[in-house]
Amino acid sequence: MHTLKDVPCGATARVRGISGTGALRRRIMDMGIVKGVDIHVRKLAPLGDPLEVTVRGYELSLRKGDAALIEVE
Amino acid sequence: MSRTVTIALAGNPNSGKTTLFNALTGLNQHVGNWPGVTVEKKEGRLKPNLKPGEAAGDDVVIVDLPGVYSLSPHSPEEVVADRYLADERPDVIINIVDATNLERNLYLTGQLAELGLPMIIAVNMMDVARARGDKLETEKLALELGCTVAEMSAITGEGVQNAVSRAHSAAQDKNADGKKLPAPPRFGLDIEQSLTRICDAAGLNDLPKHKRRRAAVRLFERNAAATRELRLVPDKQAKIEEIIKNCETAMDDDSESLITASRYARIEEIVGKCWVPAGRGRLSVSDRIDRVVTNRWLALPIFALVIFFVYYVSITSLGALATDWANDGVFGEGWHLAGIGTSQYELAVENFNPESGGEKPEPADYGIWVPGIPVLLGDMLKALNCAEWLQGLVIDGITAGVGAVLGFVPQMLILFLFLAFMESCGYMARVAFIMDRLFRRFGLSGKSFIPLLVGTGCGVPGVMASRTIESERERRITVMTTTFIPCSAKLPILALIAGALFDGAWWVAPSAYFVGVASIVCSGVILKKTRLFAGDITPFVMELPAYHWPTAGALLRSMWERGWSFIKKAGTIILLATVFVWFTSHFGWSEDGFGMVEMTESILAVAGSSISWIFAPLGWGSWQATVAAITGLIAKENVVGTFGVLFGFAEVTEDGQEVWSALGAHFTALGAYSFLMFNMLCAPCFAAMGAIKREMNSVGWFWTAIGYQCGFAYVASLCFYQFGLVFSSGRLVPGTVIAAAALGLFLWLLFRPVKTAGGLASSAQSA
Repeated sequence: MHTLKDVPCGATARVRGISGTGALRRRIMDMGIVKGVDIHVRKLAPLGDPLEVTVRGYELSLRKGDAALIEVE
Repeated sequence: MSRTVTIALAGNPNSGKTTLFNALTGLNQHVGNWPGVTVEKKEGRLKPNLKPGEAAGDDVVIVDLPGVYSLSPHSPEEVVADRYLADERPDVIINIVDATNLERNLYLTGQLAELGLPMIIAVNMMDVARARGDKLETEKLALELGCTVAEMSAITGEGVQNAVSRAHSAAQDKNADGKKLPAPPRFGLDIEQSLTRICDAAGLNDLPKHKRRRAAVRLFERNAAATRELRLVPDKQAKIEEIIKNCETAMDDDSESLITASRYARIEEIVGKCWVPAGRGRLSVSDRIDRVVTNRWLALPIFALVIFFVYYVSITSLGALATDWANDGVFGEGWHLAGIGTSQYELAVENFNPESGGEKPEPADYGIWVPGIPVLLGDMLKALNCAEWLQGLVIDGITAGVGAVLGFVPQMLILFLFLAFMESCGYMARVAFIMDRLFRRFGLSGKSFIPLLVGTGCGVPGVMASRTIESERERRITVMTTTFIPCSAKLPILALIAGALFDGAWWVAPSAYFVGVASIVCSGVILKKTRLFAGDITPFVMELPAYHWPTAGALLRSMWERGWSFIKKAGTIILLATVFVWFTSHFGWSEDGFGMVEMTESILAVAGSSISWIFAPLGWGSWQATVAAITGLIAKENVVGTFGVLFGFAEVTEDGQEVWSALGAHFTALGAYSFLMFNMLCAPCFAAMGAIKREMNSVGWFWTAIGYQCGFAYVASLCFYQFGLVFSSGRLVPGTVIAAAALGLFLWLLFRPVKTAGGLASSAQSA
């Protein structure tokens, strides 16, 4: 299964669902990452983690570990 | 008749909420804390000139809620906002919505609309949106959301008056059902049916309409607090769970996802109708800045440059000048007005030779000399013929204590100005982004870099700089570990020990920094695994807000708020502690009974001798060393002066050259280094302790921090001294066993595996 972690910089992917539990999962969804939304991966931080994505027209940073919870098509 | 109308400001972080709050209240505001948490609570009265005509007699109170993205109760900010709105029920909500980021901002709007409170939407940054060519059809949006929508720009002040008068009238508006309320968002058919069933099952139908819906939605999301509040019996809970399960099976997703996804689906629909974005052909200015500033290769060098500049100005050059002026001028002997004449005077003092005769240079001959407060007070008390002890109390006790509080303020204000700028322009979020990977292993935030770095200059602003860290857990660990780094006041101790025992060896100073950094890293790992910090891990899912140029007023206000909160919240403890140590070190029993005595006979010396055995296992169990460590709590550099006094020298230079030989005979090399280690790592000076108390904002956490620091310092020095003995003498003593046990415990705390309940590892596996 593909997750956001595997999406290369500069590519856009559509979210299929969020795995995980509790506060982290809810936070990801509250920020607008829900089923069906498009996420554009913009860049990696200089040390290789976290990553910066554009979702719903704004910039968001996520750790790779958390990005692995976001399943994409 | 005068009424009180309470207006709550709610909105996302970076939506301009605080700017609006400042525009509405001006200087009539009060900053405090929400009960039980370190979340700031801001409250103020509406400026008279902004009061709508019909509210002339009313008392209009504005409450600035913490910026949140959602009301889901997962962060302290969210809980505070949710509890306030649901329980305190303000008369009206102004929901600030960022026009440049409509979709995500309207998500909170939907949740606010479920509270059953009158609400208006203030669409902020309309000027920016318009400049981009975007169009918002306000009327359509108002129709969709069922409440008034006002366009405004908090920065320029455009539309602010209109927004507040709309809010005021929304608080009074009534229709047949009572108050006019916004329309809560509708979800899909399946969810709506489930909500109705939940209402029946839970017996919610007697509740007012808005309460019923909010309760049903929260129960559907499996919100534990809602179940508790409604005191549902297990029987009903099981029934509700069945309804939720059925809906989840039918829609092939879990209830929380269903609700969030339908909220966003509804927003997409609304935004599609009311929002006409201009074509986005080229990159925005913010995007272009970010391409450089967080570029894979340029980000770190740019960060280093920014930090160097901040450090250089606020600690090294301007900051040092400010601190010297405050400590040695205002709270010292005095200063030259505008600094004119200082260098000539210093040159004259250097060239002055008492043996060749002539007059000692007078500072007043070299410029306009302003005497320091202690000098002025001293002259005054002498003129009044006050008793010697009273003069001492006022000058060496109280004035020195006040000086310890205020002496750091000028430097702190300079640093806070930089921090305020970095925060409000949007760079601070990038700092966290750039440094996150390095710091998160130690339970710290990427933003912890700044407090730690500032801590090399002075721990007081260092601790205060931790305010920029959102996560409570990361902020607390940062506060607890920042003072491990040798600050500039610890350098004289370093110079003293290096000079007296190690022949000024080059490695002493770097080793102290190494010990400091190692202590931070180990403490971060240890603390992060303790039960104190286990549990809720704040997820690092952070918005990188668009860059913007902050207003000078906002920067100055933020700078002053932090400075003032240090004076107010930290001041008392610093003052009391300083006076206490002054008293115990100057008073004692002599042949003439109780009174002022030399330090060697003081209460402190007596107390020092009675507890010095505690430090014997560390290799420095003498009462002199104990007393020096205690006076070091007033200010770390006092350790040097205290040794001077205790070894019979009236005045010593900064690195205490006079006492080197006496100290060399007093300590063994191992004992001296262990003394150094203890003083570097143990509880910092009272000023820094005051800052820690301010930032922890809880007595329990304050003592936890101080206790941890002292305990850590003790164990580290103990292990160093005892193992040092073994290596140098080759013999095992009982102390070795204790040290080995302490080391064992330390290593276990450091390397033990942790159960990450609800943490990342387990949630990833369960996926």
